[in-house]
Amino acid sequence: MEFCYFPGCTLKNKAKDLDRCARLCAEILGVKLTELPEWQCCGGVYVSTSDDVAVKLASVRALIAAEERGLPLLTVCSACHNVLKRTEHDLRTNAEFAAKVKAYTGSEYKGTVKVVHYLEMLRDLIGYEKIRSAVKYPLDGMKIGCYYGCMLLRPGRVMRTDNPEDPVIMEELIKALGGEPVAFPERSECCGAYTYAESETLTEKRSERVVQSAKNCGAEALVTACPLCKYNAGKYGDLPVLYFTELTAKAFGV
Amino acid sequence: MKNIVSREEIIEMSGTDPAKCMKCGKCSASCPAYDEMEYPPHRFVYMIDQGNIGPLLECVGIYRCLSCYACVDRCPRGVEPAKLIEAVRVIAERKKEGNRIKAGELFEKADADMPSQAFSAAFRKYTK
Repeated sequence: MEFCYFPGCTLKNKAKDLDRCARLCAEILGVKLTELPEWQCCGGVYVSTSDDVAVKLASVRALIAAEERGLPLLTVCSACHNVLKRTEHDLRTNAEFAAKVKAYTGSEYKGTVKVVHYLEMLRDLIGYEKIRSAVKYPLDGMKIGCYYGCMLLRPGRVMRTDNPEDPVIMEELIKALGGEPVAFPERSECCGAYTYAESETLTEKRSERVVQSAKNCGAEALVTACPLCKYNAGKYGDLPVLYFTELTAKAFGV
Repeated sequence: MKNIVSREEIIEMSGTDPAKCMKCGKCSASCPAYDEMEYPPHRFVYMIDQGNIGPLLECVGIYRCLSCYACVDRCPRGVEPAKLIEAVRVIAERKKEGNRIKAGELFEKADADMPSQAFSAAFRKYTK
């Protein structure tokens, strides 16, 4: 099983563990991740206005590169996944956007690339049974709050990663690794994201609330796929925050 | 900037129609930035529908929307308030001189552990 891999900017510096553990676990599971030879930052956030074409070109180029190789495009970061999946959707469903992109890049996207999040790969292509059998050190009933945040799930009609109001994709992974997932009310609400330069209180209030709600429900740690969720929840809360790939690598003993 | 942006321009930029709103308030109930917006999502949608766009172009709420899409997914009428807020923000940025925040400030206000994802996103949201 082979994928074109789009790590994204953050996985090359502050979120190196997210990337390193993703690669190690892929190897154990017999998945080949071939990093795109040239990729540019996705922009960190999707811009929805109809005439903003240039900001999506980095994603378009990654999609065209994956299409040329005939491989699905895999991401681990929630933000990259959100931007790539939505841009891919735009290319297939918005003829005006696709025509402008073609004029800019000189290449045409035919619409054959499947954008896959690492969690989707684990669920749909590997299966939790195989994951369970790869576990050497089960998480021993560790109580874990799966923190989805916003970008992995929404907009649900485009992302289709999981049911945005009742996601289970991370909980199922935690169970397969021997942990005990803990439900909490803020698990699919925003951490406050990128507003640090705009408001002094928004990320603090949001992240405190997320972590407190997880603690109230008995979580001993949070797990996430998003570097910004990890940063904000870790800065303003008092629970350990881990990447899902870190926990998987720990359970696999790599 | 008052009243120089039409309701139709916002509809075209956002691709969504504020007239479909039935004022249930679910968007504002879901909004994680509600406390920091002068015009929370349901009122924002109503003001656009009424063509009262001048105050929206000047408000700080357009920079506090987190683009989390909770309002979009939970709207029973498919209005997509986040897309309307984004359209007003983009138009406001393009019309003013300079940017909401200078690129240098984004780095000054950051700390050493902040992921680059935060800079990229803030740069995209607070500059032209």
